Amino acid sequence: MQLVLEKRAERSNTIALVSPLIAIGLTIVTMTILFAILGKNPLLALHAYFVAPLTDSYSLQEIAVKATPLVMIAIGLSLCYLANAWNIGAEGQFLIGAVAGSWIAVKTQGTDAGAWVLPAMLVLAAAAGALYALIPAICKVKFGASEILTSLMLVYVADLFLDYLVRGPWRDPHGFNFPTTAEFDPVATVPLLIEGGRLHLGSIIALLVVAAAAILLGRTIKGFEIRVVGAAPRAARFGGFNANQLIILTFAVSGALAGLAGIIEVAGPVGHLQPGISPGYGFTAIIVAFLGRLNPLGILIAGLFLALTFIGGEQAQIAMKIPLDVTKVFQGILLFYVLACDSLILYRFKLVFPNRQVARGTG
Amino acid sequence: MELVEAIILAVLAASTPLLIAATGELVTERSGVLNLGVEGMMIVGAACGFAGAWLTGSILVGALFGIVAGTLMSLVFALMALGLAVNQVATGLALTILGIGLSGLIGAGFVGERITPAAHLYIPGLTDIPLIGRVLFGEDGFVYFSIALIVGVWWFLYRTRAGLILRACGDNHVSAHALGYPVLRIRTFAVMFGGACAGLAGAYLPLAYTPFFIPGMTAGRGWIALALVVFASWRPGRLVVGAYLFGAVTILQLHAQGWGVGIPSQFMSALPYLATVIVLVLLSRARTGGSTAPAALGTVFVPDR
Repeated sequence: MQLVLEKRAERSNTIALVSPLIAIGLTIVTMTILFAILGKNPLLALHAYFVAPLTDSYSLQEIAVKATPLVMIAIGLSLCYLANAWNIGAEGQFLIGAVAGSWIAVKTQGTDAGAWVLPAMLVLAAAAGALYALIPAICKVKFGASEILTSLMLVYVADLFLDYLVRGPWRDPHGFNFPTTAEFDPVATVPLLIEGGRLHLGSIIALLVVAAAAILLGRTIKGFEIRVVGAAPRAARFGGFNANQLIILTFAVSGALAGLAGIIEVAGPVGHLQPGISPGYGFTAIIVAFLGRLNPLGILIAGLFLALTFIGGEQAQIAMKIPLDVTKVFQGILLFYVLACDSLILYRFKLVFPNRQVARGTG
Repeated sequence: MELVEAIILAVLAASTPLLIAATGELVTERSGVLNLGVEGMMIVGAACGFAGAWLTGSILVGALFGIVAGTLMSLVFALMALGLAVNQVATGLALTILGIGLSGLIGAGFVGERITPAAHLYIPGLTDIPLIGRVLFGEDGFVYFSIALIVGVWWFLYRTRAGLILRACGDNHVSAHALGYPVLRIRTFAVMFGGACAGLAGAYLPLAYTPFFIPGMTAGRGWIALALVVFASWRPGRLVVGAYLFGAVTILQLHAQGWGVGIPSQFMSALPYLATVIVLVLLSRARTGGSTAPAALGTVFVPDR
């Protein structure tokens, strides 16, 4: 007796709907076991992770703040993945966007530059992110180089470049030798939505991005082309869709969104440019994109959920001394379960009896 | 002359983890499976390898811990990508994300600890020969093992029947299946071999390269190993050339930083990553007359019955 996969006659819509929920459920079961192994009370740990952050206004705002970059990046990545273009270097595009936008902030520091500063920073960051993402896209389209590897390599390059800037030319002269720029001027800062709170304008931009992506994918020819090129490349060729053009387009859009997320993070919650501005947003956004089933609304929910794990992880560290790496393990396990459950949309398990197979002469 | 010898020794040491990890991935990819989780398997191998060596005081036990850890990680990948027919790119990414978290968790207790690094070979007389003595007869065991490994893999792939079958699975799984070969089982073994190699390559870092463990110490070497397999056109011979070339770039940029060429150190540190991008572009461009990649690489296979 053996368990094997068998292709379903058609995709199961029931499983498509419940699969993210099953994945989250399985992840929580696994985490319970992991907490027990670590010698922590699983119930208290789960409470710290998933319930405690939802109980006070500061944490709720903090979840929205953390979800902002995750959702923006993941929306861009979902377009790439739908078109079967594998951008995994969003972390680098995020950093380059942060650097490019910070350039204006650093250069206008202490001058009487007006309200144009922040919009200019946002535009420049998006453009820089898009250009940075175009490197792997063009290498792929023109030369056939694997965009997976090139986009990932450029993450390290971006990281080192940022490090150079804040330790060298852009270092705050009054910063006690810490590798950071000076605090940005108020005109170079993303405004808060609630005075004295944490929620900032970036969250509104993220919501607009979600809406725009939903319209693009659901209501436009371009969105249709993106989905067809990924799902049925042969049909797309017959339809005259240009797959290479779509790789360029989706990479540019996702790079722009990652770059925008980068500058919003720096000019918003962080307030200055420094190394370590991202706890791996660019990589966590990959999980967000898949957990949200590459669907804009799904990504919004998934982004909030993963932001919850970031905040919960911090609270669990403070309250229960649970290492922060547990959050990464959690995110990795979650992605595994999401992918595994998604597989059951197209396939199902079936029991086979090998001895009967031999009798049929196929074993 | 002393400096030349020192540089060659350093290049060999820097190349060895790349060579071991890339050798494993080459076998995996030759069977038709693209496992992008090399970085994740390596970093877990590094943490477990250090833990093993620190707990027992034995480098060999450390290496075995690394191998077992890498293999276990690869089994998770095999379960997903082969057992459940999940997209291999996404699964590999998940493996890397999971690996980075796990290694932090495992290694947290060992940060700041030191071990005695792997001993170097010493043959009186031979090792003392100027210039070539230490290069040929004074390496640690991992270096010799990595060379034996790639020779063994070459022999296996091109001189044995099993190797031919493995390559057949990588080029056309439907035909291999039709001939009665257990494609998924063969691929599982290939993935496990890749995991074992990645785990060992990761363990090399804290056991021989630097005698301590720091989180994230693989620093993208797993990804460079993946690029090396492409660089090598999936051939063992070229893999050796590629691995030593990349080791040389890594070491030269370190020395250039020491010589104080006036270029900021971050730019020099970025060189191996930039070199990877440039090499990938140049090679992919040169290969316009048809790909040398295994034809079924990265494609999902669910046997019909």
